Amino acid sequence: MTMQIADSVSLSAPDAKARARARAHAAAAQDNLRTEPRAVRITIIALAIIFLSVFVVLPLVVVFAQAFSKGILAYLSALAEPEALAAIKLTLIVAAISVGLNLVFGLVAAWAIAKFDFPGKTFLVTLIDLPFSVSPVISGLVFVLLFGAQGYFGSWLRDHDIQILFAVPGIALATTFVTFPFVARALIPLMQEQGTQEEEAAVSLGASGLQTFFRVTLPNIKWGVLYGVLLCNARAMGEFGAVSVVSGHIRGETNTMPLLVEILYNEYQFVAAFAIASLLAMLALITLIAKTVLERHLDEGHDASDH
Amino acid sequence: MTIEVKNLVKKFGSFAALDGVDLKVDNGELLALLGPSGSGKTTLLRIIAGLDWPDSGEVTFNGEDALAQGARERHVGFVFQHYALFRHMTVFENVAFGLRVQPRAVRKDEAAIRARVKELLDLVQLDWLADRYPSQLSGGQRQRIALARALAIEPRILLLDEPFGALDAKVRKELRRWLRSLHHEINVTSIFVTHDQEEALEVANRVVVMDKGRIEQIGSPDDVYESPASAFVHGFIGESIELPIQVEAGVIRLGDRPLRLAADGLAPGASKLFVRRHDMLVGPPGSGAFEGAVQHVRNFGPVQRAEVALSGGETVEIDAPRDKELRAGDTIGLEPRRYRIFAG
Repeated sequence: MTMQIADSVSLSAPDAKARARARAHAAAAQDNLRTEPRAVRITIIALAIIFLSVFVVLPLVVVFAQAFSKGILAYLSALAEPEALAAIKLTLIVAAISVGLNLVFGLVAAWAIAKFDFPGKTFLVTLIDLPFSVSPVISGLVFVLLFGAQGYFGSWLRDHDIQILFAVPGIALATTFVTFPFVARALIPLMQEQGTQEEEAAVSLGASGLQTFFRVTLPNIKWGVLYGVLLCNARAMGEFGAVSVVSGHIRGETNTMPLLVEILYNEYQFVAAFAIASLLAMLALITLIAKTVLERHLDEGHDASDH
Repeated sequence: MTIEVKNLVKKFGSFAALDGVDLKVDNGELLALLGPSGSGKTTLLRIIAGLDWPDSGEVTFNGEDALAQGARERHVGFVFQHYALFRHMTVFENVAFGLRVQPRAVRKDEAAIRARVKELLDLVQLDWLADRYPSQLSGGQRQRIALARALAIEPRILLLDEPFGALDAKVRKELRRWLRSLHHEINVTSIFVTHDQEEALEVANRVVVMDKGRIEQIGSPDDVYESPASAFVHGFIGESIELPIQVEAGVIRLGDRPLRLAADGLAPGASKLFVRRHDMLVGPPGSGAFEGAVQHVRNFGPVQRAEVALSGGETVEIDAPRDKELRAGDTIGLEPRRYRIFAG
């Protein structure tokens, strides 16, 4: 107390003024840091909203508006066309195959990368991202080069009467390739964060490898798995480029939904095109909602692991 | 169960985590592996558990080759430093895990499993937490659940990695005492790893001091404290004063100052002299082997700790009884009641 009094008494007048000025200055600077002027704030927020409206909301609305432009009956009958039904069915089959395969591959790859050290690990991680960095058209072309009539395995496949290109296997392969990173990418950081201690504990308590996986590892990563599967599925159903190259566009046979949308659109069948497109748009919306829910669960998982 | 480790070597790249370790653990012992981080103590524990594999050497349990078995077959209870409780299972299911994963032929029925888990939760005095999840427990509770889980499989050996490392000081002290009495009760051969000398000396019946992948000393807590076998052990255990000295022609020198200490049987050359802080007795100037000026004095529980600048050029901290009058600026004589000299 006495110290404080002595301090303020010994302060000379100009000194005190300078200090007050400095304080005011600092406060003003801090104010600027914390809050932009009102006008700037409003402009920035408005810009963001306008951008989102024009580039995201508007197209979505247009898709549904076009789909229903001739009434709900026209919409439903467009979806009931055999060609449309075949495309929906093919899309579901292809998605089921590629999601199933990528679930297994993704789990194995993430497990190997997160839980073990081995030479070439960094290279493998890079390789997993390859489908993301390569144009889907090239991904499709690779399969044409491999399995096409002039491709490396072309003559062998023809001799054994196996149809890969322009058929379900080719479409499934191309889709699987393009969507490979999703499950692995969702799981690698999660599994790396969780480490191997719980697995070690399980083994030391007498659990076999399978018991450890199903009782300890899988429950710990289940939300991550669902998250990866969800994104993988959305991309698998929506994939255009790679599938377009390998499909051959055989109507009613090898057209997936995105391919059919393009064909119908080019034939000026707008209602039919947008009706199929609306299904894909709905898939996107459902994916978005499910993703938000899953992310909440994933966050909880992270919190719980914060011992 | 006796454990025998022979000439164990484990390298991580060029770093030797274990550099030829031999150790014998008797049945029913409570043994501490004590050393600084990087001394190889955790690696040794993990190899005994089967969670790591040595590059060479032997591990036997009761004379049987343990390295021929995986962690799953060894029947070793392991308590992890951060507990590694299964976060998606309740406390009850955590403890029951080892019983539930047994092969069907030997698995207990549900009622027997429940009874056994109840018994274990009673043993660790946490039966009221059975329905909680690990994230809802305190550190000390998690630790005890991890122990109950390890004990559920009736392990032949119990291994604990820094069992109290992540706990605050008070809980740590309680758990130490509790672990010792628990060991007394279940009497299973146990090894725990610690970097805390107090913990090792208080809990274990035998202490293994490790440094740089080698065992420096094995002995009772009294042995390692009272008769350290090496400079490292003396410096690591207990509060020690370490002085660089020269032995020449039967005289010990600190810097340029000859010390009034017997140099019988010492090899000439540079050596290190170790004295416990409380073994430095304070006397009038000129009375002891050393002389120095008191720099400051702090009261410190039952003792006062004085920083003394020795003539010969080293500053040391000593502990003296509170009733001894010491003031900054005093010149005092210091006589080591007990000391040891290690070459090097």
